[in-house]
Amino acid sequence: MKGPRALLWVCLAAAAVAVALASPWASFILTVALAKGLAALGVALLLRAGLMSLGHALFYAAGGYGAAYLARWLGVTDLLLLLGAGFLSATVLGLFTGAVLVRYRAIFFAMLNLAASMVFFSLVTKLYNLTGGSDGMPLPVPTMFGLKPGQGLFYLTLACVFVCAGGLRRYLDSAMGQGLGAIATNEIRLEYLGISVNGLLFVNYAISAGLGGLGGALAAIAIGHVTPELFFWTTSAQLLLGAALGGAGSVAGPFAGMLLLEGVRTAASQYAPLLWEMAMGLCALAVALFVPQGLSGIVDLPQQWKRAVQ
Amino acid sequence: MLTPIVIDGLSDAALLFLVAVGLTMVFGVLRVVNIAHGSFFALGAYAAITLGLWAGALGLSQALSYGALVLSALLVAALFGPLTERLCLRATYGRGEIAQMLVTFGIFLILDDVQKLVFGVQERQNDAPLSLLGVCNLGGIVYPVYQIALVGLAVVVAFSLRWFLRGTRAGKLVLSVVHDAEMARFSGIDTAKVSVAAFTFGVFLAALGGSLASPITGAAPGMSAEATILAFAVAAIGGLGRVEGAGLAALIVGLGRAFAVYYAPAFDRATPYLVMFAVLLFRPQGLLGVVETRRL
Amino acid sequence: MKPILKAEDLQVAFGGVIAADRVNLTVLADEVLAIVGSNGSGKTTFVNVCTGYIKPRRGEVYFGNTALSRLHPRAITRLGIARAFQIPQLFAEHTVLENLLLAAAARRGFWRPFSAISRPCYLEEAREALGLLGLEGCASQRAAQLSEGTRKLVDIAMALALRPRLLFMDEPTSGVSSDEAIVIMEAVMGALARAGITTVFVEHDMEMVRRYAHRVAVWESGRVVAQGQPHGILHDSQIRESIAGMA
Repeated sequence: MKGPRALLWVCLAAAAVAVALASPWASFILTVALAKGLAALGVALLLRAGLMSLGHALFYAAGGYGAAYLARWLGVTDLLLLLGAGFLSATVLGLFTGAVLVRYRAIFFAMLNLAASMVFFSLVTKLYNLTGGSDGMPLPVPTMFGLKPGQGLFYLTLACVFVCAGGLRRYLDSAMGQGLGAIATNEIRLEYLGISVNGLLFVNYAISAGLGGLGGALAAIAIGHVTPELFFWTTSAQLLLGAALGGAGSVAGPFAGMLLLEGVRTAASQYAPLLWEMAMGLCALAVALFVPQGLSGIVDLPQQWKRAVQ
Repeated sequence: MLTPIVIDGLSDAALLFLVAVGLTMVFGVLRVVNIAHGSFFALGAYAAITLGLWAGALGLSQALSYGALVLSALLVAALFGPLTERLCLRATYGRGEIAQMLVTFGIFLILDDVQKLVFGVQERQNDAPLSLLGVCNLGGIVYPVYQIALVGLAVVVAFSLRWFLRGTRAGKLVLSVVHDAEMARFSGIDTAKVSVAAFTFGVFLAALGGSLASPITGAAPGMSAEATILAFAVAAIGGLGRVEGAGLAALIVGLGRAFAVYYAPAFDRATPYLVMFAVLLFRPQGLLGVVETRRL
Repeated sequence: MKPILKAEDLQVAFGGVIAADRVNLTVLADEVLAIVGSNGSGKTTFVNVCTGYIKPRRGEVYFGNTALSRLHPRAITRLGIARAFQIPQLFAEHTVLENLLLAAAARRGFWRPFSAISRPCYLEEAREALGLLGLEGCASQRAAQLSEGTRKLVDIAMALALRPRLLFMDEPTSGVSSDEAIVIMEAVMGALARAGITTVFVEHDMEMVRRYAHRVAVWESGRVVAQGQPHGILHDSQIRESIAGMA
């Protein structure tokens, strides 16, 4: 991480803290947006390998439900334990689904992910006794080391964002991370270098599921409730578009994309609930047709112009 | 017990085939998986219901409802087919799958809200086509004749599509473009025009599926997503791009779902996906699909 | 010389077309073997079978004592068999250096999620492989922007970076102007000889075969119809006739 990028991150963090201090409402919105950003980062990892998941809500929701079950069954209220439960349940689910789904590409990968998430959606809705059906389940007000954290959740989310972003930055610079881009352009060569493409995708899928679960658990704790809607494809759509809008090319991209999108969603839910999907659709068209690199591509544009002039 | 399950399964299969056939045909011809397929299906249903109700309100003959079914599909195709292909899809040819999936998904999202804005969020229904044909008694259970007739309609659609693609000049033109676009261009075929036509025809098939199904299913928000997923499941089970495959898959899923309704109702909605997972696990190319290996 | 690779009774068919018809062929350690034959005679199929891309209907290929026919390309690669392609297979969006870094990392230490790919040891190996073929100049260019000849060289350099014991090259000079071809072959064959890598190359240019091959195997309709020293084989009029159609 060098120069301008590091500075950008520091500014971002400072801005987030300032906004959060200004009002509890803003800190709630930011917490949810950043939590979704973590999940979008997971989607972006898959995009890097040329795979588009239309069902990442599965892990986002699994994170939320994992935390809710820990609270419901064992009466746990400790924030870190709840987070751990969410992260773990999504990762384990990711290991299972990933083992099957990394064999598929293109639209098959997209739709099978969607189908997996929708199977869970319909089961969670129907198995009322086990899941609370469409009413969902409540989460307790979390404690941290016995203390009521208040705004602590926001700072914990921010910390998660920085730890994950930093870790992912290094992961993407490793041979494995570079291998993801290689999968997108030429799988056969990668196999002929002695690398198992599906093995690499499997590891990547599990990481992406874990990120989804972490984000889902954070958001669920912030909201204090989980419902089957979390599994629904519209959630997946938001995660995917946050990633695409921000751009899979950088670690910061999905967070930027999700902040923007969550802002639009909040505005839409207040003023024009029937325009939210349309707004997402327009984002999708804009990204696909005009700025394939997303917001992080726009950040890099001046550099590209400079290069073009030279 | 068995007879009603089989009859339910067959009429469900007819519906499923009508949902999937457009998606699979567009993929076969353009190599585009149109995520917005379900939106056109839903628009077809909404248009058919709206037109049918208008005809009824104007005091026209109820039989016109059947004409409305086809007319609405034509309208939807004419309105959205060329527009979508020219403005959005064309820019993505040769740019990889992600661009294509994002574009069609974007169109899907936009149309989903357009439906809510235009037709409202209430469920809509026009059962004139259903009630006009009356009911029949099969094995002690009463069925609307339309539901049984739909099975015949699906077969007609399947065979006319086959005839169109293999037996007519226009169909052969389309297939030659699919087979080798470069070659087709050299021999003076306007491939751009063929692409628009093929995509528009795909939209027509999607909307026709929706309009023919509408007397039974009605139309409601959320229908497009379900149609897209179902269509893909059926198309993938049969082999993406294979019309015959879609027919076979529709039969399997339809019967499977009918059995699930009777014996394991919690799983009825999940059946198509479970069948899809099971098939793709062992035959990733689908039942009638062909494996394509890259030449090195 | 010891045999390093042995194909025994190989049979491959696509649908009804027989691409390998009971092929027996031995590659000796440290030799350069050229495979020649008209189009469709089964040359590339042989390479595909030996590197695991196609499974034979019957027969077996042995690398030392290891049977290859049931292994994936990646497993065969890890045994020490590398391959360069007729159509270069590069990571188009990566730079040339990054392509080679991936190859260097793939050889060892690929699965470390937090260790940078631009570590000195990988950089050194990548640069070395580039240096062998005189590619230092284009290290920072994107693979997609290279000329066909350079792409071919990068493709071979990636195979070299794996430090294989046996290398298959499928028409290393096809699609390249004949002036360029000589330069490429001179660089590649020199590098292979210095590194002591046993080489099998499919070739349609008899001049190249005459210059670089120790031994030639002639293919016709899925069979090896003759093998031996280049000058003997290439002067046989019957064999020249059988491979005349391929240039």
